[in-house]
Amino acid sequence: MRIEIDRDLCQVHGVCESEAPDVFVVPKRAETVTVLIAEPDESLRPQVAAAAKYCPTRAIRIIEED
Amino acid sequence: MTTNEAIRVSGGEGIDGHLDELRTDPIALLERVRAECGNVGRFDLADREVVLLTGAEANEFFFRAPEELLDQAEAYPFMTPVFGEGVVFDASPERRREMLHNQALRDKYMRGHAATIAAEVEAMVARWDDAGEIDLLDWFAELTIYTSSACLIGKRFRDQLDRRFADLYHDLERGTDALAFVDPYADIESFHIRDRSREALVELVAGIMAAREATPRDEADEADLLDVLMSIRDEDGGLRFPPAMVTGIFISMMFAGHHTTSTTASWMVIELLRNAGAIDRVVDEIDTFAAQGEEVSYQVLREMPITEAALKETLRLHPPLILLLRVAKEPFTIEGVDVREGQMVGASPWVSNRIAESFADPHTFDLDRYVEPRAEDLDNPWNWIPFGAGRHRCVGAAFAMMQLKAIFAVLLRDWDLELAQPPETYRPDMSKMVIQLQQPVRVRYRRRAGRS
Repeated sequence: MRIEIDRDLCQVHGVCESEAPDVFVVPKRAETVTVLIAEPDESLRPQVAAAAKYCPTRAIRIIEED
Repeated sequence: MTTNEAIRVSGGEGIDGHLDELRTDPIALLERVRAECGNVGRFDLADREVVLLTGAEANEFFFRAPEELLDQAEAYPFMTPVFGEGVVFDASPERRREMLHNQALRDKYMRGHAATIAAEVEAMVARWDDAGEIDLLDWFAELTIYTSSACLIGKRFRDQLDRRFADLYHDLERGTDALAFVDPYADIESFHIRDRSREALVELVAGIMAAREATPRDEADEADLLDVLMSIRDEDGGLRFPPAMVTGIFISMMFAGHHTTSTTASWMVIELLRNAGAIDRVVDEIDTFAAQGEEVSYQVLREMPITEAALKETLRLHPPLILLLRVAKEPFTIEGVDVREGQMVGASPWVSNRIAESFADPHTFDLDRYVEPRAEDLDNPWNWIPFGAGRHRCVGAAFAMMQLKAIFAVLLRDWDLELAQPPETYRPDMSKMVIQLQQPVRVRYRRRAGRS
């Protein structure tokens, strides 16, 4: 899977960091999220899926690669 | 070069254009623009032309546009006298971003806020008898003063507030007559009340600050935002933020979340009670958690799909803001229509939330629109816009949803509610830019059997 962020939507609430701290980080004064692992391992799927689901602005998309 | 300007909607023949209609029946005006002109139409507020965009394509453009193209600051002249000089809409874009970007709304603070809100609801219902009657708007307006001050400013400040602050704040919100588009200081009653209530709020805050100056904070009490602001001094040791400025900062911090939450909570009760079966489904969901002995916590509140669906449907039908405005800083073309620099550009949550192509049977309250497998909000991200969308989407939306769920999780767990007026007498009051409900908004409450 690959993570895509809609930068017009991200408001740095930090829910993704709470859900998947290995993948997302939202520094204190940042204007947008930093994705640490753009193509995370399958083992991280539950956390990444929760981040996408609970993102208040739905800025995270998970793209499946085959 | 030919230009293709927006069609002007009918009506508004007088010198102030459609201003009077916006002040008396804004829904009729906004709906007529779409009906007569389509996705891009125009109405006039005195000498200002407003290009109104509706529908997914135009809305997406509106909400994705950067500040350099569609500027928000200039578009709300009725807010400066409410917030005061130097605050939010009167400040630079950088300063504004900083002020609006409240750290208290970050996810890591939400767990604490959930408990704070639940405790505030408990404190309000502790004043109730086993049965009685309340005015929903008064009740929720007071509650949300306590919750927003406790969560955004701090517990210490909240504990120094009472009903007086809530009443004055409500009067301030009534001072947002659309006449401000022509003259925010016009000699009308609504603006006089606004200015008097703002002065009275400054006096209340000045009293709290004087008391803090006189008596140092107890070590056991956690410092709040007011303590922080008061600790900042100029070269002569005087307050860098005197009472008038502190009041302005607090008014602006609380503003976006106050009337919006209190009116939404009021409409939620009304819609749950006047749509068959709706209240029972929400109460069943809340009882399931209560039966498991679950506290009202952040995690529990995230997993309340029926309550969340009812709130979303309430917001779709009763968006707290019906018209969002910007000013065009450059010319552009949208759906073949040319917009000039200096024209105002608007989007309407009221109109877009009711577009039949996106929402079947759009005027019906149907919470199943958001219950799996349906997801009409996510399927229509540019037409389901009670919080706006894109880069200016309400930054407090997640907090608001959590707060509303916390309020109802406590309220409906212990209390039965019943309409005390004929269902059709609950109506919006759209005479000001800040929309409320026409009072009275009476409901009866009764303690549920076996609840203490």
